[in-house]
Amino acid sequence: MPKYLLLKHYRGAPASANNIPMDQWTPDEVEAHIRFMSDLATRLEGTGEFIDEQALSPDGVWVRYDGEGRPPVTDGPFAETKDLIAGWMVIDVDTYERAIELAGELSAAPGAGGEPIHEWLEVRPFLTAPPIVTE
Amino acid sequence: MTVSDVELRELVPLVLSALVRRGADFATAEDAVQEALIRALSTWKDDPPADPTGWLITVAWRAFLDSARSEASRRDREVRFDAGPPSGAVPSADDTLHLYFLCAHPELTSASAVALTLRAVGGLTTRQIAQAYLVPENTMAQRISRAKRTVGRSGLDRPGDVRTVMRVLYLIFNEGYSGDVDLAAEAIRLTRQLASSVDVPEVHGLLALMLLHHARRRSRTGPDRRIVPLADQDRSLWDRELIAEGVVILQAALARDRLGEYEAQAAIAALHADATCVEDTDWPQIVEWYDELLTFADTPIVRLNRAVAVGEADGALAGLAALAAVDEQTPRRDAVAAHLHEKNGDLELAARLYAAAAHGAPNLAERNHQMRQAARLNQVLRPGQ
Repeated sequence: MPKYLLLKHYRGAPASANNIPMDQWTPDEVEAHIRFMSDLATRLEGTGEFIDEQALSPDGVWVRYDGEGRPPVTDGPFAETKDLIAGWMVIDVDTYERAIELAGELSAAPGAGGEPIHEWLEVRPFLTAPPIVTE
Repeated sequence: MTVSDVELRELVPLVLSALVRRGADFATAEDAVQEALIRALSTWKDDPPADPTGWLITVAWRAFLDSARSEASRRDREVRFDAGPPSGAVPSADDTLHLYFLCAHPELTSASAVALTLRAVGGLTTRQIAQAYLVPENTMAQRISRAKRTVGRSGLDRPGDVRTVMRVLYLIFNEGYSGDVDLAAEAIRLTRQLASSVDVPEVHGLLALMLLHHARRRSRTGPDRRIVPLADQDRSLWDRELIAEGVVILQAALARDRLGEYEAQAAIAALHADATCVEDTDWPQIVEWYDELLTFADTPIVRLNRAVAVGEADGALAGLAALAAVDEQTPRRDAVAAHLHEKNGDLELAARLYAAAAHGAPNLAERNHQMRQAARLNQVLRPGQ
């Protein structure tokens, strides 16, 4: 079964239709959102499609090698313009269509006014192990 | 007789010490004990032995001999050990203590010392430890065998001291719970065992600290593992027996008049445990204990927690003044600032700070908690929006 990464961005994705920041929602709307996310993960565990889910801190730096015997060079924190990943869910599904369907469900998480956020998510197929039969 | 998993684990350090006394090297003996433990876990439920310790020693000793023989034949050497199981060697509390020191060897990293302690002293399997720390089992197995090589290389003559052991146990306790093993309960069991074999007041202080915090565990999280702050906790859920035990242990330790960091922390926990609600808490005395704690550990986190206590004892403005001296980069500083500004009536600023605290939160439970706080204030500030 193919695996897919559903990527959520702090920055860099096209703007959501319902993009009011979370701290401006009512407490009930915050609750509803948190419950939706937790329920979806539980449901995908139930269908045998859930692999992993992680959230990332917005902090981070660029790092690169700077030659023998020298400490690595760091650059950061990230500039405001940088595309910034917020977290991901990894799913293992039968088809590409199913991956798109689930990403759509995740994007429907409720936000301000209890309405779906319509958040843009990035769907990325994993490169797989080579098959045994190739001819 | 039936033997519970915990009773089984209690035998592990004794069995390991018995093998080492018999002449086995620590690293190989520890692998052999783990093998015997895994076999015990799978067979004892249907067919428990009459003498569990004897069974474990025999099986572990055989596993050790097998391993030593194959190693010897690989190197074309003779095995110099008797084939019979070690008998009559009754390991003592000193042996267990020595194991604690070995596993908390100063040359080990914290992660390695934690893993080795949980396996060699705690009797957990590599798989359980791996699950608890959310790492692959192979990674955990490698971490443990590297730790044993480090301990072996650095010489068993220079083991860790009781302070490093306490730090390792504290780390295990603080990791809390994940997987099928309750690490907090395991840390308490290991600290109890340590307290019974070494006469150091600070170890009793650590045990008291753990008991007093563990007593609150049922009230600390709500449904969905959400954080319930101290002020909102249902204190009827606190475990009064554990609190009473913690207080007795703490008082005995304090009476010996050799105050240390863990005793000061336990004293603060005891004062919270003693109060029926936040308002009823003896905050001035808590501030005094934070001042004591600062003399042992002057860290930004202690100063941050002290600012919260000052805010309760002397009012929000005094709390904010105490907070001003805390390093800006300290984790959770925004959350404390938000709380104090809310207490001071500046809801706009508090709401912004709660949102910032959510942004910088180190885990999702805390992010959600701070986000709820921001949303709560924003609803008060802009109703009907």
